[in-house]
Amino acid sequence: MYAFDFVKPATLADAVTALGQDGAMPLSGGQTLLPTMKQRLNSPETLVSLTGITDLKGVRREGDALVIGAATTHAEVARDAAGDYPGLAALAGQIGDPAVRSRGTLGGSIANNDPSACYPAAVLGSGATIITNMREISAGDFFQGMFATALEEGEIITAIRFPIPERSAYAKFHQPASRFALTGAFVAQYAGGVHVAITGASESGVFRWSEAEAALSGNFSPDALNGLSVPAKGMIGDLHGTPEYRAHLAGVMTRRAVAAAS
Amino acid sequence: MPKDGIGASTKRREDIRFLTGNGRYTDDINLRGQAYVHFLRSEVAHGRIRSIDTSAASAMPGVIRIFTAEDFGHAGGLPCGWLVTDRFGEPMQEPKHPILAEGKVRHVGDPICGIVAETLEQARDAAEAIELDIEELPAVVDMRKALEDNSVKVHDDLTSNLCYDWGFVEENKEAVNAAFAEAAHVVSVELTNNRLCANPMEARVAIGDYDPWNEQHTLYTTSQNPHVIRLLMGAFVLSLPEHKLRIVAPDVGGGFGSKIYHYAEEAFCTHVAKVLRQPVKWTSTRSEAFISDAHARDHVSKVELALDKDHNFLAIRSTTLANMGAYLSTFAPSVPTWLHGTLMAGPYKTPLVYVNVKAVFTNTVAVDAYRGAGRPEATFQLERIIDKAARELGVDGVELRRKNFIKPEQFPYQTPVAVEYDSGNFHATMDKMLELSNYANLDKRVEESRKKGKLRGFGISQYIEACGIAPSHLVGQLGARAGLYETATVRVNATGSISVLTGCHSHGQGHETSFPQIVADMIGIDASQIDIVHGDTATTPMGMGTYGSRSMAVGGSALVKATNKIIDKAKKIAAHLLEASEADIELKDGKFSVAGTDKSVDWAGVTLAAYVPHNYPLESLEPGLEETAFYDPNNFTFPSGCYGCEIEVDPDTGKVEIMAFTAADDFGVVINPMIVEGQVHGGLAQGIGQALTENCVYDENGQLLTGSFMDYTMPRADDLPVFKVDHSCFTPCTHNPLGAKGCGEAGAIGAPPAVVNAVIDALHRAGHTHVQHINMPVTPARVWAAMNSK
Amino acid sequence: MNKISMTVNGKSVSADAEGRTLLSTYLRDGLGLTGTHVGCDTSQCGACVVHVDGQVVKSCSVLAMDVAGADIRTIEGVAAPDGTLSTLQQAFQDHHGLQCGFCTPGMIMSAAALLEENPKPSEAEIRHYLEGNICRCTGYHNIIKAVMAASGQDVSDMGTIAAE
Repeated sequence: MYAFDFVKPATLADAVTALGQDGAMPLSGGQTLLPTMKQRLNSPETLVSLTGITDLKGVRREGDALVIGAATTHAEVARDAAGDYPGLAALAGQIGDPAVRSRGTLGGSIANNDPSACYPAAVLGSGATIITNMREISAGDFFQGMFATALEEGEIITAIRFPIPERSAYAKFHQPASRFALTGAFVAQYAGGVHVAITGASESGVFRWSEAEAALSGNFSPDALNGLSVPAKGMIGDLHGTPEYRAHLAGVMTRRAVAAAS
Repeated sequence: MPKDGIGASTKRREDIRFLTGNGRYTDDINLRGQAYVHFLRSEVAHGRIRSIDTSAASAMPGVIRIFTAEDFGHAGGLPCGWLVTDRFGEPMQEPKHPILAEGKVRHVGDPICGIVAETLEQARDAAEAIELDIEELPAVVDMRKALEDNSVKVHDDLTSNLCYDWGFVEENKEAVNAAFAEAAHVVSVELTNNRLCANPMEARVAIGDYDPWNEQHTLYTTSQNPHVIRLLMGAFVLSLPEHKLRIVAPDVGGGFGSKIYHYAEEAFCTHVAKVLRQPVKWTSTRSEAFISDAHARDHVSKVELALDKDHNFLAIRSTTLANMGAYLSTFAPSVPTWLHGTLMAGPYKTPLVYVNVKAVFTNTVAVDAYRGAGRPEATFQLERIIDKAARELGVDGVELRRKNFIKPEQFPYQTPVAVEYDSGNFHATMDKMLELSNYANLDKRVEESRKKGKLRGFGISQYIEACGIAPSHLVGQLGARAGLYETATVRVNATGSISVLTGCHSHGQGHETSFPQIVADMIGIDASQIDIVHGDTATTPMGMGTYGSRSMAVGGSALVKATNKIIDKAKKIAAHLLEASEADIELKDGKFSVAGTDKSVDWAGVTLAAYVPHNYPLESLEPGLEETAFYDPNNFTFPSGCYGCEIEVDPDTGKVEIMAFTAADDFGVVINPMIVEGQVHGGLAQGIGQALTENCVYDENGQLLTGSFMDYTMPRADDLPVFKVDHSCFTPCTHNPLGAKGCGEAGAIGAPPAVVNAVIDALHRAGHTHVQHINMPVTPARVWAAMNSK
Repeated sequence: MNKISMTVNGKSVSADAEGRTLLSTYLRDGLGLTGTHVGCDTSQCGACVVHVDGQVVKSCSVLAMDVAGADIRTIEGVAAPDGTLSTLQQAFQDHHGLQCGFCTPGMIMSAAALLEENPKPSEAEIRHYLEGNICRCTGYHNIIKAVMAASGQDVSDMGTIAAE
């Protein structure tokens, strides 16, 4: 790693100040950022740890929504969201492995927007709202393609508000080496309709599969998806799977998520 | 027999330090005043070095010195330990393998500069400041393209990228062709044996140290064979005499072959410690290991089987391209030849075999032996082609194999590929596997799987391998530039405890526990009285190390030999003490007695007399009790066995799940069954890993796409089943004193075809009969693509 | 360089660390606790797993300064002070759950955390929990067996058990 200064502010205000300096970067759980820095692919002058800010942690119910602090770890979400939003908790419990889950955070994952990460599927599939120190951003506006988000310089995710669906589930097909999603489907049924978000598959990152949503909104069962398929064009092709395979998996995983949620 | 003798599942004594974090691995060693080494490695697969400017980098904070190839002008290249002679009687092409790149870089990861600094990060910072001007050249990665006339040459001074064109048995070639021409049935399959990375969990480390007052070099290194490193590096690379060069391989975190070889980093650290008068330490990262450790396998083969009308095997013809990578690693040329061609008869009575292997240079990391080495490639071809033959002929694969097995009464059996099998019982291991796997009820399980939407299949693999390497005179004839004996010194101390010094090296095999079991058994004392010393050339006799499943068969035999010398001498001492004839002395349970009397002296009484020779036959016997033996085997050993793999395919995703895996092995006599079972489990996991998940993939420019555990799929706990293993059907090795054959590589040799055969079986049972073969690794994507390829 | 203090295996300790010093480096080089191993650089292998405030953490993917003041437990703190192995460690020896020993510290730390969460895990639960710990030697069979045995479950059908 390149040398850097490390600061660990206790308040959001101090973090914002620290991140206002040139070359400053936020550090949350570090499960992706630190391995990247070991490869010297990142060279922040200052790393600002967000894990000391208690305001950024925790899972709380607000009416029909679950609000989760950005620095809440995957393990905490898996445990503390299980009662209110079991589909989300189950997704969090499938990220990485136990040691990764005890450090990795919701905010860190969303801000990175790895096209194979699990959380973006839940955030987009829940129609969640990303709350930052500056504003609120809808999930649809937040994710802007592989590793790209609407976040601006110095903007910190503080929490994410997840509307709680009537039922939901996540089905993940592992990329076998990294244990990220080769393709994952998050399905959530709300009073206003069904959301289907696919991660891991597309070159544009997480996306909503609108055809499937329309079909499932009328009939929430795996059979409703018969005859539907995601086009292979624009899907990721790599040594773990062709675009055709990923497109196929999107259908299979969506069916499985629907079956699991039913 | 003492409770910890031969055949006892004694707990491993080494576990205590490992379980409490007190192992001492090379990276745990830090020498006073040590500097750190970082290698600037090539980022391109092929290029000409125009210039290297280290001036700015050398001035960076903490930088002690930056070394380039010019600093190693006096040194030889890294030697290759095996000369293969081609089918025209000519020696293989053998390019120089410099310590640091000279003129050209030939693979991603080829070391160009070694930066020595006070801290590792300072060395890495300086590496980025080196101004390197490399003219990138087209890279050649594909072996077929490398052999085309107009191909780019990896080595400008060679005539082509062909290392050798080997034929075996060349004299049989025409007879084999004739057998094919007349055969009632001919079956063929083209397949690849995927390129692997051994990936022991401990990456390589080297620490060089130099004592100027005694002109003594010490290298601490993660090696399976410290004496081999001393010989190769001392004699061929740095011109250092053995008595001034000490190699220490302390606790080593797995090897699987990848830590046999003499690597550039070892020679670098040894030499630079002297130049700088300062210890220097290099620790590989995992990412660096992927581009600097020797890779493995990487064969592309076509195998054909000729059968008569009654389905007797008539002949095998096999043609292979074997990737050597950019340079010849220590044992690389022997793997696709003598470790592969000699096993192409397998456990079958096929009378005619012809194997052709073209070894090819490419712009990739060097390829060398890895658990099994050549034998997995042979077994994979045989067991896949037999599986395919059974399907094409519409006969049962079990019966087709049984019909062609060498029968138990036919041993010793001379194969048409030079080796003579001393013992085996293939029918017995097959019957045992079928029984343990409940093969008889397979159809019922297939039906149950079908009801839940899964495709179940069963794959069989019957293997035989050659290990316990090796008779030195024989391997010498075959091109080995080393002997392959093993040594043991049994040093009995005055009060009766024993230190065994061995040339073998334990890096997971449990020698510290199993070797004392032999001595305890032979003398009749408690195993706790015996310790093993290994891994340090300063304290152990020159032995060839641990690989090729040789430690027990060869090193254990040396230990038996040395212990017998001890017992012989101890009996003489006992005879003197008991005033009896030596011929009347019996040793039982650690006590020497005179036959037919109640006169006796215990072990410690004899050992004390040896070192305090007050009452001792000094006129005819030297005092002391220490013996060394060198054991050079008469033959290879031939473990064999039958594996059954039962899988389910998820037809929606193509994912293969292993439902059960059964192994019935014949390892001859087993010293510690618990350790042997563990060795089988580990070998099976690596074999299943090769079959289902592991793959080193280069793109056409020679960039490694699987350069970390993010893309190279190591088998995890939830990828593997409970294993059912058995070693009860044993036929002792007839030519070594233990009757032991070796067990370390069996799983990695036998498992891959069992897995692939199971997948093909599942697909065929489900009607996907168009799928004739799927190349390893049989990933979900490949299975799905094969199923949908109609 | 800053002096960073934390509690490691019940003792207050301090050693120098830079911003970029990983917890694994701090433990190994700063404190000489070399039982924590580093087997990869992508947070995959789990050889470096320790407990931080009671949670399993890959110490190669945490900055030492980020866990200043924390309560750390490493492999060196698992056996009793007199050297008596914990039940889990003893089960690993009895069931041959290790070979080269390199992954073992991380494996023990992960398995210990599992048993604290789930005192009688099934085979599948153990395999799933240990998916972030790579072992190249054992094929996991005997690791699973050792964890099951440590939790009091019958493993007599899973192969040979060590003799005393």
